[in-house]
Amino acid sequence: MNSIKTMENSAPAGLYIYVPFCRSKCAYCDFYSITDGSQAAGYLHALSREMEHYREFAPLFDTVYVGGGTPSCLDTGQLEELLHRVREAFPIAPNSEITVEVNPGDVDTVFMRGLRDAGVNRVSVGVQSFDDSILKSLGRRHNGREGREAVEAARAAGFANVGVDLIYGVPGQSHDLWQETMETALVFNPEHLSCYELTLEEGTPFHRRMERGEFSLPGEEEAYRFFSMTSAFLEQRGYTHYEVSNFARERALISRHNHKYWDHTPCLGLGPAAHSFNGTRRWWNHRSLEGYGRDVASGLAPVAGAEDLTPEELRLEALYFGFRTKRGIHGPEFRERYGIDLFREKGPALRCLRDEGLVTLDDEFMAPTRRGLALADRLCLL
Amino acid sequence: MKNIRNFSIIAHIDHGKSTLADRLIQHTGMVEDRNFRDQILDNMDIERERGITIKSQAITLPYRAKNGQDYILNLIDTPGHVDFTYEVSRSLASCEGVLLLIDASQGVQAQTIANLYLAMENNLAIIPVVNKIDLLTADVDRVLEQIDAELGLDPFSHIKCSAKQGIGIEDVLEAIVERIPPPKGDAAKALSALIFDAKYDSFRGTVIHCRVFDGEVKPGDIIRFMSSGSTYKVEEVGCFGIARLRKDTLAAGDVGYIIAGVKTVADVHIGDTITHDNRPADQALPGFKEIKPVVFSSIYPISSEDYEDLAVSLEKYKLNDAALVYQKDSSVALGLGFRCGFLGLLHLEIVQERLEREFDQSIILSVPSVRYRFTLKDGSVVQVDNPSNYPDPSSIEKAEEPFIRATMIMPEKYLGAVMKLCTEKRGANSTMNYLSPGRVELIYEMPLAEVLFDFYDRFKTVTQGYGSFDYDIIDYREGKLVLLDILVNGEKVDALSQIVHRDNARQRGVHACDKLKDEIPRQQFKIAIQGAIGGEIISRSTISPFRKDVTAKCYGGDITRKRKLLEKQKKGKKRMKMVGTVSIPQSAFLAVLQSDND
Repeated sequence: MNSIKTMENSAPAGLYIYVPFCRSKCAYCDFYSITDGSQAAGYLHALSREMEHYREFAPLFDTVYVGGGTPSCLDTGQLEELLHRVREAFPIAPNSEITVEVNPGDVDTVFMRGLRDAGVNRVSVGVQSFDDSILKSLGRRHNGREGREAVEAARAAGFANVGVDLIYGVPGQSHDLWQETMETALVFNPEHLSCYELTLEEGTPFHRRMERGEFSLPGEEEAYRFFSMTSAFLEQRGYTHYEVSNFARERALISRHNHKYWDHTPCLGLGPAAHSFNGTRRWWNHRSLEGYGRDVASGLAPVAGAEDLTPEELRLEALYFGFRTKRGIHGPEFRERYGIDLFREKGPALRCLRDEGLVTLDDEFMAPTRRGLALADRLCLL
Repeated sequence: MKNIRNFSIIAHIDHGKSTLADRLIQHTGMVEDRNFRDQILDNMDIERERGITIKSQAITLPYRAKNGQDYILNLIDTPGHVDFTYEVSRSLASCEGVLLLIDASQGVQAQTIANLYLAMENNLAIIPVVNKIDLLTADVDRVLEQIDAELGLDPFSHIKCSAKQGIGIEDVLEAIVERIPPPKGDAAKALSALIFDAKYDSFRGTVIHCRVFDGEVKPGDIIRFMSSGSTYKVEEVGCFGIARLRKDTLAAGDVGYIIAGVKTVADVHIGDTITHDNRPADQALPGFKEIKPVVFSSIYPISSEDYEDLAVSLEKYKLNDAALVYQKDSSVALGLGFRCGFLGLLHLEIVQERLEREFDQSIILSVPSVRYRFTLKDGSVVQVDNPSNYPDPSSIEKAEEPFIRATMIMPEKYLGAVMKLCTEKRGANSTMNYLSPGRVELIYEMPLAEVLFDFYDRFKTVTQGYGSFDYDIIDYREGKLVLLDILVNGEKVDALSQIVHRDNARQRGVHACDKLKDEIPRQQFKIAIQGAIGGEIISRSTISPFRKDVTAKCYGGDITRKRKLLEKQKKGKKRMKMVGTVSIPQSAFLAVLQSDND
């Protein structure tokens, strides 16, 4: 009963590539990145050598996601070369979702065309906000106009799958200002929207400023209002709120790559700080480009740490993922994969959540309501 | 026998008893310095952490005095808390003298006096020892005045030392030899030995700690406990080194141990007399009392599946703590558990902590209670130590609660604040003595329940730590008592019920609701807490639900980090008791009795 049939997850794997370069550091971001773009060539070389270690990772991949950092710090030639090496090293399905994250200010129509030519079929534009003052306070180097131009360029280059990333809950951001930003984004009719509540990570300049009392983040009630107005507004405009922070214009347009993280599908992460998961084990690379490069140069996989997940740990993650997604948890599938009949073992707790209006239950699914999504970190503790 | 000295160190808490014991042990070369650790007699982690001695300990120190003769010094270390006064009195009865240790900067405190009285009752030689003379705040002259005026002892008889710095240790040892009389007794008489402690050894069963007054005991003897009449065959006798040291015989004057196949410490009663079965002593040694618990609480496993496990753990724990009494109990809200009796709140906390640490139990203790006495209209009398058994109010003719006599000593300037506190705690019949100019002894009669719960902390606060406190239970007195129930989301949680005085019932109800509001973590739904007397709701508070608790991003590296956080939270939740759909943490049950200022 406790055995877990994770390895039977034979869905095609995902491939993630981390590009550790940024032209400048944003005040809220705690991702690893460096601003010295001259190391790009060395990085690309190391990346291809790292690929050699994972030839046998999966029989098939159907998503490639180039994220960062700022992938658009690389030029289209470098990105094309990168994707070329990926195709050489791994079996990439013909209809794969191939995403590159881009930063407004780095990109124009020519760049976007270059991406298209390299085989990229989805871009995720790190707009964050269309309001100049909010962008400034986030420490972004682009402005609202450049944000709009970047999305327009993607459209002009013929991208039929464009995602826009936005941030809410920024100090000084009113509900109206946030609504305006969403309205502006909708003008471009993006296939996908990610709306993240601003989270302050320790060690970031933003966090230090908050510690000094220069500003405060919205309180819980206020954060909930942001969350629920975002959800209500975008759903009313035809988007599906399919994950805590993610919206898609239709089911087919959800981020296939990100979805793999949430159903324990194997994903290979390449590049510094990238995480990988093969069904039972998760491992992560050195965070610094030096450490990463050194290992790769000596013929080692640049792995900094790893964990083998116990059935119980996998179950907890699966519950967590389940309460974060609109689809929720499919009871029979969960029992099959994680060895527990949730409906039977957690029946009273689930019914209590249902009575509180936090989940819906039917014969097969338990799924969070909008209020439930806002409490996903708690619901999974049942 | 003339070269044996049996002595104890008595002191107010924190006056340096364990440190002085350490120095005496070191000075006599019992332990090599490299094997030495501080508070060598305090074996348990709890003792070291809390800085108090919970269990009695004995150790035999060989000492060559300045007169060139070799002496055997038996040090009996006693527990340092008012919950264990009886055990202290039996340890003292095993001695001929005491070192009365007084902190040079704190001076004479309530327990100094209480311990002095115990020593005087036992006719012991008393050597005042002024400790911590190295402190900048030391005021030896003032302490000497107190020794004279407050203790009625000869101030010229004192010894100055600093146990911490090792100053004056030799003087202390010489005084023990010169001023404490050797034991009297006759090894040829019938055996008469006083039990002052018992410990459980998993290989040997109970190890009885005793002082032989008359006669002699050796392996093979059949001994008899005079209070219970039960008999055992002696397997081994010996004295106490750092480990047990086997001897051929224990004779009149000796302090040592007896192993005699006694299964549990509960079969051995502290204060009982051991004699020979075939040649019994004419009468038992005086002073024997059955230990009676004064605080009661129920222990429940957090997860009801662990009930059997808890039962086994309690049984094992009890092997080494005869003072704990318990029986099966069940609660509507918390399921199966055990009703336990304790010597006091400290004893309760020790039991709780040791069950958690040494037996790995996750437990909840219900709100502690004293034992009340109800005379019903039909003339019958019921003892109630569990609020769940509170009689039908219409059947009660008379309700009585235990009273104590509290003795407090403090600088005069705190008198007003302390009297106010005592009045609030329903204190009555106060008397006041000036011990010396500026120092007052205040005696009040108060309900035990008021003193057990939240008195001591507040007393410490209002006297800014300069007050000291001691008490004895005196009698039962009539009081207007009512049952205060607590409802969580409409459901009565019997383990949170308290029996309270009617005059402050409302205030206690408000307090309990406020405290629970702080203690019970927020959940995804609203939690209503209500205090009720009979059917009437007298207080309420509400814990607002979580609205938003979700991490914005959940990709590659976020997952492991988040899962670890969730695991931690889950662990925390496992340490709480589910009552209906609400998780109540262990701390909530004691918190309802605590004041707001901590």
